[in-house]
Amino acid sequence: MRIIKAEDIKNTVKALFISLNCEIGDDITKALKDGLNVEESETAKAVLTQLLTNNEIAKNEQIPICQDTGMAILFVEYGDKLIIDGDFDEAVNQGVREAYIDGYLRKSVVDDPVFDRKNTCDNTPAVIHTKIVSGEVLKITAGCKGFGSENMSKTKMLAPSAGVQGVKDFVLDTVRQAGPNPCPPIVVGVGVGGTFEQAAVMAKRATFGRADSENADERYAELERELLQKINEMGIGPAGLGGKTSALCVNIEYAPTHIASIPVAVNICCHAARHKSVEL
Amino acid sequence: MSIKLTLPLKKEDIKNLKAGDSVLLSGELYTARDAAHKRFYDMVNNGEKMPINVENQTIYYVGPAPAKPGCVIGPAGPTSSYRMDKYAPMLLDMGLSAMIGKGERNDEVISSIVKNGAVYFAAIGGAAALISKSIVKDEPVCFEDLGTEAVHKYTVKDFPCIVAIDSNGNDVYKR
Repeated sequence: MRIIKAEDIKNTVKALFISLNCEIGDDITKALKDGLNVEESETAKAVLTQLLTNNEIAKNEQIPICQDTGMAILFVEYGDKLIIDGDFDEAVNQGVREAYIDGYLRKSVVDDPVFDRKNTCDNTPAVIHTKIVSGEVLKITAGCKGFGSENMSKTKMLAPSAGVQGVKDFVLDTVRQAGPNPCPPIVVGVGVGGTFEQAAVMAKRATFGRADSENADERYAELERELLQKINEMGIGPAGLGGKTSALCVNIEYAPTHIASIPVAVNICCHAARHKSVEL
Repeated sequence: MSIKLTLPLKKEDIKNLKAGDSVLLSGELYTARDAAHKRFYDMVNNGEKMPINVENQTIYYVGPAPAKPGCVIGPAGPTSSYRMDKYAPMLLDMGLSAMIGKGERNDEVISSIVKNGAVYFAAIGGAAALISKSIVKDEPVCFEDLGTEAVHKYTVKDFPCIVAIDSNGNDVYKR
């Protein structure tokens, strides 16, 4: 048995959210630079250069990359031999609260979706996905998700007869319809299989994957490469102003599903795909 | 080369702009996004006077992050414009010259831009830290209870934008 103080979790979460909002991952920087090398249009090159400059300014001045510092999302692997000295959810939310207030991050959460829409003023509550694993590990993967891209995301329940072509069509249609709105070049997270909600959670987690990662299953790796190529042939381009760099990567997660279905979820993330992991 | 424009924009300043042109905006503009637009819309429909006169003005669709001490403003990039489509024709009919945001507009907004000889600029989404460097002054105007969605007046200097929809209805996003 290992004991972790709630205070340590709070401090870790706070540091994570401040840092991930100001510093983009090296994989995204590399993908943006790769885009700069393939673009021919002056506008596309200018936009990618501005994004790279923007990310440098954010890192050097420790200010957010984007004004939409998103909703706070956490994927937590929680060991079954771990004892938390205190309330886990409260520690996470307090960490988020302090990060968004002390870190000069925008508070973008409203308490009620339809009626009051009153800002909670501290960006809580966070969205927390917890998985219990064996051992004493506590691994937190945190990210902030802007809603320009979140609003462009979709879920669909396909019939098994739709097959892999149905999955491809749905992903490509979703990206095509999103067009310039989700701040391209985008990161595309796809969840295939499971249930309705499981597909959506997988798609979200897929957006937290690295832009330079390869799927462990060669069939899905090939599908990721094919989708990325087709998206980049759409001509949406950086900022939607035309070009060859419409997406930086496509990441797919998959799971066993029912005999009657192929659930598919497409979670679109902007070029500012901000996430970080830490093990306590 | 970018075209330098001074705000507020008169209709004759706008008519030669072409979709795809790079521009650098300097001068004063208002900010407003979803919640402020809904208030404008409800006020006008209730026969009340709007707290700002939008004639010849520019509205920037933005909800900035808070400013760090010593900074004029926090990161302040554009938000998606389509969410303001419901409200934009009313403001254009009231004399609004220009809107700044990102992404597509619906046919009704495009028609209203043409009818009123207005323009829609796109700023680069996600370049918020960079854009904040071109905002030299920030003053609150109204709806302060809306927090980041309150209406402010910014003074900008060489704010980089692209003409997304020109006064003839040419649309940079339609390929």
